[in-house]
Amino acid sequence: MPHIRVTVDGVRYDDEIEARRLLTHYLRDTLGKVGTPIGCDTSNCGACTVLMDGMSAKSCSVLAVQADGHEITTVEGLASNGTWHPVQRAFHENHALQCGYCTPGMIMATLDLLQENLDPSDEEIREGLEGNLCRCTGYSNIVKAVRTAAAEIRAAESAPTVMTASGAEEVPRQAAGEPRRPMAKGGGTS
Amino acid sequence: MTIAPEDRQLGLPRLRKEDARLITGQTNWTDNIQQVGTLHVAFLRSPVAHARISGLDVSAAQEQPGVISVLTGADFGEEQGSLPCAWPVTEDMVLPEHPPMAVEEVRFVGEAVACVVARDPYTAVDALEMIDVDFEPLPAVLDMEAALTEDADLVHTAAGTNKAFVWPMSNGDVDAAFDGAEVVVTRRYRQQRLIPAAMEPRSVVCSPDGDTFTLWSATQIPHILRVMLAMTTGIPEQKIRVVAPDVGGGFGSKLQVTAEEVLTLLLAKRLNKPVKWTETRSEGFQTTHHGRDQIQDVSIAADADGRVRGLKVDLMADMGAYMMLVTPGVPLLGAFMYPGIYKMDAYAFSCTGVFTTKTPTDAYRGAGRPEATYAIERIMSELAHELGMDPMELRRRNWINHDEFPYTSIGGLTYDSGNYEAATARAMELFGYDALRAEQRARRERGDTVQLGLGISTYTEMCGLAPSRMLGGLSYGAGGWEHASVRMLPTGGVEVVTGTTPHGQGHVTAWSQIAADYLGVPFDDVQVLHGDTQVSPQGMDTYGSRSLVVGGTAVVEACGRVVEKARKLAAHMLEAAEGDVEFSNGRFRVRGTQEPSAGIQELALAAFTAHDLPEEMEASLNAEATFDPENFSYPHGTHLCAVEVDTATGRASIRSYVAVDDVGTAVNPLLVEGQVHGGLAQGIAQAMFEEAVHDAEGNLVTSTMADYLVPSAVDLPEFTTDRTETPAVTNPMGAKGVGEAGTIASTPAVVNAVVDALRPFGVDDVRMPCTPERIWRAMAQAGAGGDTAPGTPTSLAASSEESTAAGTTQTGETGGEGATQ
Repeated sequence: MPHIRVTVDGVRYDDEIEARRLLTHYLRDTLGKVGTPIGCDTSNCGACTVLMDGMSAKSCSVLAVQADGHEITTVEGLASNGTWHPVQRAFHENHALQCGYCTPGMIMATLDLLQENLDPSDEEIREGLEGNLCRCTGYSNIVKAVRTAAAEIRAAESAPTVMTASGAEEVPRQAAGEPRRPMAKGGGTS
Repeated sequence: MTIAPEDRQLGLPRLRKEDARLITGQTNWTDNIQQVGTLHVAFLRSPVAHARISGLDVSAAQEQPGVISVLTGADFGEEQGSLPCAWPVTEDMVLPEHPPMAVEEVRFVGEAVACVVARDPYTAVDALEMIDVDFEPLPAVLDMEAALTEDADLVHTAAGTNKAFVWPMSNGDVDAAFDGAEVVVTRRYRQQRLIPAAMEPRSVVCSPDGDTFTLWSATQIPHILRVMLAMTTGIPEQKIRVVAPDVGGGFGSKLQVTAEEVLTLLLAKRLNKPVKWTETRSEGFQTTHHGRDQIQDVSIAADADGRVRGLKVDLMADMGAYMMLVTPGVPLLGAFMYPGIYKMDAYAFSCTGVFTTKTPTDAYRGAGRPEATYAIERIMSELAHELGMDPMELRRRNWINHDEFPYTSIGGLTYDSGNYEAATARAMELFGYDALRAEQRARRERGDTVQLGLGISTYTEMCGLAPSRMLGGLSYGAGGWEHASVRMLPTGGVEVVTGTTPHGQGHVTAWSQIAADYLGVPFDDVQVLHGDTQVSPQGMDTYGSRSLVVGGTAVVEACGRVVEKARKLAAHMLEAAEGDVEFSNGRFRVRGTQEPSAGIQELALAAFTAHDLPEEMEASLNAEATFDPENFSYPHGTHLCAVEVDTATGRASIRSYVAVDDVGTAVNPLLVEGQVHGGLAQGIAQAMFEEAVHDAEGNLVTSTMADYLVPSAVDLPEFTTDRTETPAVTNPMGAKGVGEAGTIASTPAVVNAVVDALRPFGVDDVRMPCTPERIWRAMAQAGAGGDTAPGTPTSLAASSEESTAAGTTQTGETGGEGATQ
């Protein structure tokens, strides 16, 4: 069986796994990281979204072996020393969740979106979250939450960062020199 | 906003207690449950819509490493029973046997024929490939009208018919209303089949402990499920504990007793190990019940001045292959609502339930009421068009005025309260109706490629299911009460145990607000417990916008009983007569004095120590209550939608949407707004995006989220919402329920807007969902009088052809003008 080394929420793991095992099953069933749910198995709904080296990835469509050598952040690794990430707080304060099943993916996708564009228009927020489905909220409050979180992060005058559980690593996309996806039209940069 | 501890909680937009776990991933979805030794089950499902099972060989699968057991329907035999239908709507309703796993015949794509139990889910799925099944094809039955013809192929041969039931009702002299009418408009509307698509897939885990079983399920109805599992399997009810842990949305789809729940329980019993099953999304789309799927023939009769005289509704409702928990009752929940908010002299309704070889239908957000509201709100707009009258003016002339409540509708319901004028006035103001009409005229005059349409929906609905006596009258197999108990703990904390079962609604927050107010304790001191038949032994669960109206009222009543117990103890301690002791903000005082006083939380400790209790008082302030409503509740509102239609491409997009709802007293306006938003999204989705489509062989072709278009953020507009507040008079809080309102109101508002935009092209209907293709075809056919697009039995013409074919308008008493369509 293939051997992988992967860091998940700041913890290093060294595992032998079936080559066909999906990352989402590895996270949930092997590591017990059940905070990341599965919604559709076909990469349409985005509930299983995690960050892979800071980029959003739908973990139902990534093989665990593809995560070898990479760093994964799940919703469980966002809060730092008991303090919620501004995006988590904004979702709570704007009633941007109801059943909460899409919420982990929605929050992780928001982090990616804000890394690309820290001052998105409502339209850009909607486009940026197009890959994440919510059946409860009608999205209005999600858009509001993302807008609020963006403003708060801007006000803090720091690029949105992905905090690992240890709080040790901050990997702004630009600083890390990651490849950028095409910008949503009219979007600013962080 | 800052909320002071002494603030009255009812009406405050409290942020949710539920959120902390959900935003940090500390969740307890059923699929998260991992127990040592758990076995995983995977189901082999029928790839054909209708077939006899003539051979089934599981031996190769059984030999696979890691496979514990492979079982067929025959292996379960009598033990699996028949899945329950709790709503035999007529005495002669056809109620076919429904084994959880097919034994001789399969009747829809996705029906289970065998299962593999293995040490892990991958092994179980692999082994399914090794099972050999011989399916001897039988004819698929897909079209409701064809299914009702005399020589139709049958879904259930033994029944001798595909007609499950006919359920009629009428009130007033319908013939007289229509014979004397100056205008009669007749239309056929198609409620397409929808897939509820809760974000959390269904999942069930069952753990045996000797002869008792704990079953966790992604269900809306742990209490009902427990009763039904006992009745279906013969395992005594007292040996079964059902838990609904975190549940990720339901929308009716988890108001069910499913094959997988029954079979997982039986497997745990048989193998004496924890057994787990979680559906894949495609498996769920094929097998979790669907919603809607009705053909509505609707006629409305009116005088030339627009006064509505009567309404006739003839409904065909697709049951799918079997009767599930409340399948036949769903269309009848709409039966009472077709007259909507309007006064009229006569009403006749008939519903024919039809079997087809498709996934069974059952409750989906609104359940019968969206269909009814769609029909009346669409045909009212059609009537206005025929009369050359503004559609809002027509509604005004016919609706029940605010000073006419309580009003007994022609549908036989007594609407307790409402103010349609107020909600409409507010909506018109927010929407800018007159300015938009002016813009519409301008666009029409200059032949703009992009046309503007305005759609109206002035709806009411029946919520708060339900008075048990009325359910009994409808042959429903259970009551409609709800239970709550309130426990005052010695340390001053409060436990509220509710029989409702939230799956996103925010009951924990709202019930905390209720208990905080009625007991005068801090919001944070209240803990709400639910969703576990061992913790909350009595309940009727969550559906039909009932939880606050019925379950919340039970909490209010239980709190009231706690206060009365505490008053007795307070009087004893304050050495006063009970009648002289007043209660406010959590403290008891002797009338006319400030001190001394006794706080209810301190009294809880006094009750616990029991050192000095009044005579005949037990050592507890705890109380419980069961509330059975005397009537439904009737939220209402006015929704206005402006749609822009690109006439070159047929693409419709919502420009603005205003919803003013009257849900009575709002316990938490934040939660109310959230429910309205989500409801709007689902109603708009029916109007514009979603449809479960089958091919000619009966395969569901929209079986993934790539094919079935659950709208994303880019597909939906910002909503403008507001409320008017006309309290219900049938419960102490004045609450009316809000879970389904948005869905019920929005679908006709959107389609009315689309059709309104296309009036200059001679279009009087677009079949849902109003996709660009359907709109384009509707324009092409109506404008050019071209041929209608051919349709398959299950994917009917993507156009307005039914209305142009079946829709007629008679003008004058003799109908002398003939059909104008």
